[in-house]
Amino acid sequence: MSEPKFHGRSGTWVGASVRRREDPRLLTGQGRFVDDIHLPGMLHAQFVRTAIAHAAITGIDLSATLRVPGVVAAFTAADLAVGDIVAALERPAEEFALTAMPVLARDRVRFAGEPVAIVIATDPYAAEDGVDAADVDYNAETAVTGLSHALADGAPLVHTEARANTFLDVTMFATDGIDAIFDGADCVVQVRTHSGRQNALPLETRGVVASWDARDDQLLVQTCSQVPHQVRTVTAACLGVQERTVRVTVPDMGGGFGIKCVVGREEIAVSAAALRLRRPVKWIEDRRDALTASFLAREQDYTARAAFSAEGRILALDVDVVCDMGAYSCYPFTAGIEPLMATAEMPGVYRVPAYRARGRAIATNKAPTAPYRGVSRPQYVMTMERLMERAARELGFDPVQIRRQNVITSFPYSGINGVTYDRGSYRESLDLAEQILLDEGWYGYRADAAAAGRAVGIGYCCFNERTGYGSESFAKRRMTVVPGFDISEVRMDLTGAVVVTSGTINHGQSHETTMAQLVADRLGIDIAAVKLRQGDTERIPYGWGTFASRSITVGGSAVAMAATRLGEKLCLIGAHLLGTEPDNTRLDGAGGVAACDDPARRIPYEEIADVAYLRSHLLPKGTDPTLTATAVFDGVGDGTFSNASHAVVVECHHGTGAVEILRYVCVEDCGVVINPQVVDGQCRGGIAQGIAGALFEEITYDDLGQPTGGSFIDYKVPTACEIPDISVTHLQTPSELTESGAKGAGEGGTIGAPAAVLNAINDALRSTGTELDRTPVHPQDVLAAFQRSDVPA
Amino acid sequence: MKPAPFAYHRPGDLADALDRLAELNGQGEEVKVLAGGQSLIPMMNFRLARPAHLVDIGHLRDRAKLSGLRPDGAALRIGALTTHHEVERARLPEGYEALNRAMRWIGHLPIRTRGTVGGSLVHGDATAEWCLLALAFDARIVAESPAGRREILAQDMFHGFYETEVEPGEIVTEIILPAPAPYAALTEFAQRRGDFAIVGVGVRLDVDPSGMLSSARVALGGVAPAPVRSADAEAVLTGSVPSDALFAECGKAAAANVSPPDDVHGSRHYRRRLTHALVQAACAQAWKRSKENP
Repeated sequence: MSEPKFHGRSGTWVGASVRRREDPRLLTGQGRFVDDIHLPGMLHAQFVRTAIAHAAITGIDLSATLRVPGVVAAFTAADLAVGDIVAALERPAEEFALTAMPVLARDRVRFAGEPVAIVIATDPYAAEDGVDAADVDYNAETAVTGLSHALADGAPLVHTEARANTFLDVTMFATDGIDAIFDGADCVVQVRTHSGRQNALPLETRGVVASWDARDDQLLVQTCSQVPHQVRTVTAACLGVQERTVRVTVPDMGGGFGIKCVVGREEIAVSAAALRLRRPVKWIEDRRDALTASFLAREQDYTARAAFSAEGRILALDVDVVCDMGAYSCYPFTAGIEPLMATAEMPGVYRVPAYRARGRAIATNKAPTAPYRGVSRPQYVMTMERLMERAARELGFDPVQIRRQNVITSFPYSGINGVTYDRGSYRESLDLAEQILLDEGWYGYRADAAAAGRAVGIGYCCFNERTGYGSESFAKRRMTVVPGFDISEVRMDLTGAVVVTSGTINHGQSHETTMAQLVADRLGIDIAAVKLRQGDTERIPYGWGTFASRSITVGGSAVAMAATRLGEKLCLIGAHLLGTEPDNTRLDGAGGVAACDDPARRIPYEEIADVAYLRSHLLPKGTDPTLTATAVFDGVGDGTFSNASHAVVVECHHGTGAVEILRYVCVEDCGVVINPQVVDGQCRGGIAQGIAGALFEEITYDDLGQPTGGSFIDYKVPTACEIPDISVTHLQTPSELTESGAKGAGEGGTIGAPAAVLNAINDALRSTGTELDRTPVHPQDVLAAFQRSDVPA
Repeated sequence: MKPAPFAYHRPGDLADALDRLAELNGQGEEVKVLAGGQSLIPMMNFRLARPAHLVDIGHLRDRAKLSGLRPDGAALRIGALTTHHEVERARLPEGYEALNRAMRWIGHLPIRTRGTVGGSLVHGDATAEWCLLALAFDARIVAESPAGRREILAQDMFHGFYETEVEPGEIVTEIILPAPAPYAALTEFAQRRGDFAIVGVGVRLDVDPSGMLSSARVALGGVAPAPVRSADAEAVLTGSVPSDALFAECGKAAAANVSPPDDVHGSRHYRRRLTHALVQAACAQAWKRSKENP
């Protein structure tokens, strides 16, 4: 194998905070999002949604709807007669229950907000008037609104197929003799954690414009999805048409965070309506529906025990994870995704010699869930880090010291969970985070505050995150739909400019910038000469979209490989035109091919392109015309692990119970940093969402299954006023498993923040005798902790 | 989140607006006056409010009469269409500075630049800053109708959940704050900047030449369906010499006689605790002004 012409690990572009190439258009209002699309004769859709959480549908009367001025059509499930959305695992029936999500509710409704009918009108106002006029009769049944209710004997069933309301029940690991280890250990600590139900809350709600194109013999589905190819597959399957007759494109996209990496039912219903009416139909999810009737996330309970030696070494870990998945299993991941992630990954950065893990996915009459940024990791990391803190207290260790004693320091490391961890900086990141707080004097500040009667606390979190999952590692989850690879095509035109495709989807991650940086370095051209194309099933080779921090690790590797191959072709043709051997040429970093033994002998890409396209008779024998290359990359082995340590200082205020974050330090390692500013943004945005989970956001349900949080009054997404400045420091342990040496950077912030904030709060409350293990922590929880420790008045 | 159908009216002047209101009310129609719309329009978009008619008074030819701040002897008259932001930025007469400071608690800047003083008072949200200020300042709210003009005392204004003394045919034209209140403060707590307060408190201390409190107002928001005064808290203050201990006792008294709601924003117990802490804090802030403006 020849030396790489340009390796991209350090180059002109990689490693620089190149300005985001998408910003000029986005900041000047020239972005094009789904709602910016207007087609001639376009109609507008809204959904009749049940207000009752659990019921049999006994009648649907849309006659009044159809009389509303402006309403063009209204369809029920029976009218549309499309197939269900079904996601499966290859697991035995005692482990996994196969259930279906109908596009529109047919006989039963399973959560408040579930769509029952679609109303199509000439404008969005008339569509809502039509929704108002719909008359649906229900026979209400008892709603299952929580885990304990769902698992109780004789509980009503959300799906008859899911016995005991259990979508999934697996015991993933059970080390022989683990009970004896617990019996004999010097110290056993236990924790029960709970994390509230959240909404991933992309700024742009879901939406779609579907239109029939007779000339293309195609239904064009323009939607904001992280996974356009999977949307195409499900749309074609539900509609019962050939896949070639469905084209899915993704315009600019205002966030997804995971709720758009599953296939939603509304998009299919709109597509079915557009197909039937042969008119363009737009649906823009309104914020109320986005908050309560979309895909939610996160609600999980952990019961975990850890055994420790007197010296502070963890000996065994035993965890029972129960996830409240809501009413339906999402495509393609299934409701199993959360417990399977948690049980597979929980040991994390620590050397855990014995492990037992049971994971369950439970059905309830709540809005279904999708894998939100972090996917169970915020929860299991919070649980693991609570165990560490508790053990430190129990054994009299400093919380950082006990982590230091247990983190993995030699790599590759084969974990008890059967996962091989590639090199990381677990210990180094922790040491550095602590050092930053020491240098800034926060330990002294905490002591002084305590002396003045104030409650200031310091909390840490140390974690890793598997990124760049390939088909091999996803296959271990035993889905019937196994993501993994990504394909990239690169094409150079006559001017030496390049268009590169990726099966990933940019929805805020700056792919147009970072992917272009990779290509520019591989080909030695200016970034301005590179254009990334994504999000079009007609023009982009089959791909898996963006989730699981796979864009740069998998997609970026394919992009870099394709660019490298194009470079090889340039050398091949260039050598021929220069009259030398290909081995004696290299890309010269200035848009040309040069002879190695005489760099003054060079030929610019434009001249090579001229031959490749316009004078192909001059090409070397056996070389195809045009300048294109394709590469496929699949995640290698167990993937590559990013890591980080977070350190947080909080003050808990007497009087109001408010938690104020005084300092937030993140030391992260995502391998080679392609664009520091972009990674900083990913960290800060992720941490903001993690803080949201720790302190602010939660959707709760009453006994009837009615959700709170139908507006931003109740669903308390924090704003810039509530999120502190966050310092981000990068350590760089290059990955051996990706083309660029980068590891995924998309989710880490979200993963670490809840644990770090919660640990800091518990440190601040250490004199109260109360420990909080539920998020979000509300001011009233803090005030109650203070009050319990007050001398009775 | 699109409103139900409604008719939009844009009368030419105040008299026209009052006639239109009378006419529509006479027909038994549900009418709402649009005066900023920062609460009404979101409620309509959620279809929680479904007025058949909106009478927009934001474009009256004589709207100047309903706008701005006018000192009138010791009193301060504030036009109903004055925005929160205008008050926030206004150079206020001596003794009214608390109004400037209170404005920053109202929503966010975009809300303050459109929302109006009169609109807020008539909406009557239990946590609205203007309602607390009206109670703390003993304000008089001026309402006009074709039958004439009347003044509503703040203490008679707020009846219940979004219910006020203002009749369907009336338009509030101004609010009169009768006297300066150099020792006044408004404070509140919410988890996020700009949110509706979980509990809000407006306080006015009247200090006599001997340094004793001759009277006091303690207005509470978020503890009842409507904004309320705490007679017990006011009684603690009246006739006493200000001190931290007195303010703590006042907070305790305020908390003892409220029965606040219990919801996702805070339990009944938590709101009581907040009432205690915030009344104490508001008293201290109001009193601190006496040291800043001797």
